Amino acid sequence: MTGRPIIEIENLSHTYMKGTPMEHVALKGANLYAEEGECIAIIGHTGSGKSTLIQHFNGLMRPESGKVIIDGEDLSKKKVDLKTLRQKVGLVFQNPEDQIFEKLIGDDIAYGPFKLGLPLKEVRERVKWAMDVVGLDFEEMKDRQTFALSGGQKRKVALAGILALKPKILVLDEPTAGLDPKSRKELLDKIKRLNKEEKLTVVFVSHNMEEVAMLADRVYVMAGGTDVLTGSPKEIFTDKEKLQHHQIGTPETVQVLYKLTDLGYQVNTEAFSVTEAAEEIMKVLAGKKEGSEHVQRI
Amino acid sequence: MESIIRLENVSFSYKINEKTKVSVLKNISFSIFPGEYVAIIGHNGSGKSTLSKHLNGILTPDSGDVWVHGHNTKDVNKKRSIRQAVGTVFQHPDNQIVATIVEEDVAFGLENIGVPREEMKKRVDEALNVVKMSQFRHRPPHHLSGGQKQRVAIAGVLAMKPDCIVFDEATSMLDSFGRKEVLQVMRKMNNMGMTIITVTHHMSEAAEADRIIVIEGGQIVMDGPPREIFKHKLELENLQLEVPSVSQMAEVIHRKFTTFSKDIIQESEFIEEVEKFHKAEVGT
Repeated sequence: MTGRPIIEIENLSHTYMKGTPMEHVALKGANLYAEEGECIAIIGHTGSGKSTLIQHFNGLMRPESGKVIIDGEDLSKKKVDLKTLRQKVGLVFQNPEDQIFEKLIGDDIAYGPFKLGLPLKEVRERVKWAMDVVGLDFEEMKDRQTFALSGGQKRKVALAGILALKPKILVLDEPTAGLDPKSRKELLDKIKRLNKEEKLTVVFVSHNMEEVAMLADRVYVMAGGTDVLTGSPKEIFTDKEKLQHHQIGTPETVQVLYKLTDLGYQVNTEAFSVTEAAEEIMKVLAGKKEGSEHVQRI
Repeated sequence: MESIIRLENVSFSYKINEKTKVSVLKNISFSIFPGEYVAIIGHNGSGKSTLSKHLNGILTPDSGDVWVHGHNTKDVNKKRSIRQAVGTVFQHPDNQIVATIVEEDVAFGLENIGVPREEMKKRVDEALNVVKMSQFRHRPPHHLSGGQKQRVAIAGVLAMKPDCIVFDEATSMLDSFGRKEVLQVMRKMNNMGMTIITVTHHMSEAAEADRIIVIEGGQIVMDGPPREIFKHKLELENLQLEVPSVSQMAEVIHRKFTTFSKDIIQESEFIEEVEKFHKAEVGT
């Protein structure tokens, strides 16, 4: 993280179908701040405004009221260079089938770089690189038809198409929904590496708390169109009252630890990974052993 | 016992370009019996979604046959009764909700098959009751949470009184609360006698089923109760799958405390094992 702000959102509001009987307030004074190279997770229930919020990042939606500044550029200005903005901010939608339109996988991923006017050789290299990042074999898959892909494969193609634009900010809406455990792990590792090594700023919406715990530097919790809570995954997942109040789920491991604390076991609920959680439980099991010896000694 | 769904040497391939076909299902045969709760797992592109679309004739095999209550899914005249016997709940709740009011959405399928008004009302009431969405019946569905929407979609299928429901990754877009809600409904319907088939990437969800079918390269590579399947940790990892996280935790603990059982697939079992182990240690 460089300490330089790259996303600054202040007091953002948005109402769908304003002035009609179908009027619906999606955002109400939402705030979000990200530094260059940070990895931010946005969590919250359906209808809490997550998707509306992220569509403001690349100018798909313009601020109705409030401030949206991306990489120093104020998007509430009348004239915004959308082409440059969208090259800078890559947005991968939740439903990958929404953004795949070419017949062949390779062509679909190459579409963006071609539109940027890059030379063929560079386009080819970028496609190859992007396919490698998402775990699609270039030679095997580039000439496959996109319609015959499985849901998880489509998701990878959509992500590769965005990565090939080499954005500064990568915005992902539920990046691993529908992926098998191995693809999920691989993709998360790759995103993490892009984030850490290439200083790519990542903002992702997720309901999968395992991936929030693994990936995010900071978490924003959305409810009723605004940000109600922010902090590191540790701060969020260890605050039991707030978790319950906002109905936030926890990783399966943490869920087990909480159940054990309810039963009176003194386990530290800050352990997110399987190994950490298991070690935490073993401490208690081993501790008890020493404890019982202690009792015997008395 | 008479099977509900029987697959006989089913093969299916997609044409990927002018010259090449990719075979997705290869000579698959199995039967689903009334009252079973079956999870189908496999990595992305293993063929499980294609397989689930064969179970009620959304797709029909290139070779081989699928029989639903003895009717061949290739028989166009039987399509309606096949779809009525085996319903599907899809991944995206938004894609399967059609009406602007919850109860109208649940009634949609019934209107299509011309169920009389009184009967329709009764079935909608019952279905909403099972999925615990009765108090939302007059609400517009688009303000509901993902789990609630998915339960409305389930009610719509349930109102058609199928014998079997196929859940095609029906929880993958839901948060842990929504997933729990839907899993409870699945369990409840199974207890009521409904046959449940669920396609999932969540191993903790597959652990809830009575039987797991593992698909790899368009073929069945394992078929058995979850406890048996999840004993094969390495094989599953080679198939790009995993065991539930509680099983992984139990294994780590078992390595240090050998009396701690590693044969654990559900959260409640894990907690019980900690308690049991803890008590035993206090006793010594």
